[in-house]
Amino acid sequence: MKIDCEKIHELAANLASSRGELSVMEVCGTHTMAIAASGLRSLLPETLRLISGPGCPVCVTDQSYIDRAIWLARKEDVVVATYGDMVRVPGREGSLADARARGAAVEVVYSANQAVSLAAKMPDRQIVFLAVGFETTTPGTAMAILRAREESIDNFFAFTAHKLMLPAMRALLEGGRARIDGFLCPGHVAVILGWEAFGEISDDFSKPCVVAGFDPSQIAAGIGEILSQLAAGQAKACSVYSSVSAEGNAKARRLMSEVFVETDADWRALGVISGSGLTLRESFAKYDAARQFTLPETEPYQAPGCRCGEVITGICGPHDCGLFAKSCTPRNPVGPCMVSSEGACAAAYKYEKR
Amino acid sequence: MTDKRYIKLAHGGGGQLTSELIEQVILPALAGPQKPGRLADSALLSANGPIAFTTDSYVVQPLEFPGGDIGKLAICGTVNDLAVCGATPSAISMSLVLEEGLQLDLLKRVLSSAGAAAGTSGVEVVTGDTKVVERGGVDGMVINTSGIGRIADECDLGFDRICQGDAILLSGPLGEHALAVMSQRESLSFTADLASDCAPIHELTGALVSELGKDVRFMRDPTRGGLAALLVDIAEATGRDIEIRQEAIPTNKTARAAAEMLGLDLLVAANEGKLVAVVANSAAERATQILERFDICDRPAAIGHVGTVSQTPLVEMVTLIEGRTVVQRPYGEELPRIC
Repeated sequence: MKIDCEKIHELAANLASSRGELSVMEVCGTHTMAIAASGLRSLLPETLRLISGPGCPVCVTDQSYIDRAIWLARKEDVVVATYGDMVRVPGREGSLADARARGAAVEVVYSANQAVSLAAKMPDRQIVFLAVGFETTTPGTAMAILRAREESIDNFFAFTAHKLMLPAMRALLEGGRARIDGFLCPGHVAVILGWEAFGEISDDFSKPCVVAGFDPSQIAAGIGEILSQLAAGQAKACSVYSSVSAEGNAKARRLMSEVFVETDADWRALGVISGSGLTLRESFAKYDAARQFTLPETEPYQAPGCRCGEVITGICGPHDCGLFAKSCTPRNPVGPCMVSSEGACAAAYKYEKR
Repeated sequence: MTDKRYIKLAHGGGGQLTSELIEQVILPALAGPQKPGRLADSALLSANGPIAFTTDSYVVQPLEFPGGDIGKLAICGTVNDLAVCGATPSAISMSLVLEEGLQLDLLKRVLSSAGAAAGTSGVEVVTGDTKVVERGGVDGMVINTSGIGRIADECDLGFDRICQGDAILLSGPLGEHALAVMSQRESLSFTADLASDCAPIHELTGALVSELGKDVRFMRDPTRGGLAALLVDIAEATGRDIEIRQEAIPTNKTARAAAEMLGLDLLVAANEGKLVAVVANSAAERATQILERFDICDRPAAIGHVGTVSQTPLVEMVTLIEGRTVVQRPYGEELPRIC
């Protein structure tokens, strides 16, 4: 099953004279992990850099969100229900796992719906679901909230930090700090948005945007397509992933907009990006943890020396961070990129030479 | 009226209920052919030559899972720890710590399955103990087993015997125990058609040692930490690089799918009936053929080789696409209480 990277080598060699080293950014944690797990980098030309973008939901979540989640988990009648990846992300005063060890109620769930079931099972507790993720997980949260309303489960709340992919890509390019020659676009997000949605990025910034699946051969095909476009002087959106249509999943998008409305959102390292987040509509306010609990004010914070912010914006790689594999390891993560199973640092730590 | 369907604190009190539990429940399930007429405080055994001695405690949740239960696991786990040292398991002790309120029927099932596993493994449960703790003191039950076995004369195993070029053999597909247990956990809603591989592997180790002698350098069963942790242990202990080939590693489709759903890596998932053996490369083919004779071996294969001494010994895997990745010891507590 050896994949053929000859075309990529040829294109990269031809492009090297005009453009020098090339950087392709993947904006999807699953791509990050698949690239590392398959050892794809070891098959690619040295002049082609694959860099990780803000595609891991845990990594882009601002630290103050973790601090507030911990504050919630410590409340006597509250149970925080969360995806497993969030549990070990350090906040200012430790992680949800640390809080759990000291008695806070934290339950790991695999879906938003499971958190609603938990609420139905524990009527005398307030179940707060940590609703993070991109367009991929948002429809699930929307369905969970609709179910809570349908079944009159009034002790279910969502603490939302859902984010939108396109505004982040736009902010990254406008910031202009990292060199990006093209985007390998996230397959899962594209299932919802449709590949045509990435046209606004390829048109406005002249960067090829290619949607790819998660098989290493599909990722390689996506990279090949990006290089082909660069060689032909093109920049367009397209897909090499057969599960993705041009128009995406309109039903899932309707579900999202029934429950959520766009808002400004705070991104780790990118700061506040206008219209890049989702919050619950007024009609669903009773399920909104941010409105139903008086959450403490928290200051943005990044651990000293931690370069997660630069890692997820493509400015540096995991190995460039002074803490990587030294004081920051999966056992004792300093930043979220080392915690999340989709984080660039965790992927590099697990699969690459140190 | 007392409810006889559940374990009570008095079952561990040393009185009449304790005797009844031992006589009517524990001994019938566990006692071997030399059933003791009277229970002595110690089992008396005779031994000549080197003996392997091991102990392990079992805390798996749920207590019963597809392919096994805590009783079978407690016997197989200790039998396998002896077997991979080249020992023929002979006697086992079993201590039970039961939670008040445990269903007696569940206890009977677990003990009968332990008894059956002991029979298959050719070991006798020669001594034991039972304690009952108050509700909440343990989660259902905890079993500790210790075991001894005679080490075969022709056996010479150890990290120090591993040489450059030695082949690394794996007896069958990875991760089935971990995934079968995880699939039973309440919090996981998927239902995978998976069973634990929990089984004694003493016949495999016995056959390898008796037929290949000193060409067998090292054996271990890839339990907690999986194949990855075992290989990193070998690399670190020998100071040698190791290279494995992903395409050579047997896996099953359902296990792969379940692992993907859970975000788990089969390389780090626990097994309870698999063997990893390091053998001289010249003996690799014969070793594979020996393993193929056993039903519990499914597609046994040489999955890689031991390399040269290195300052920073690494386990590297050549992936399905011929890329290269580093195999690391898992760091975590991602899968608590699976054995």
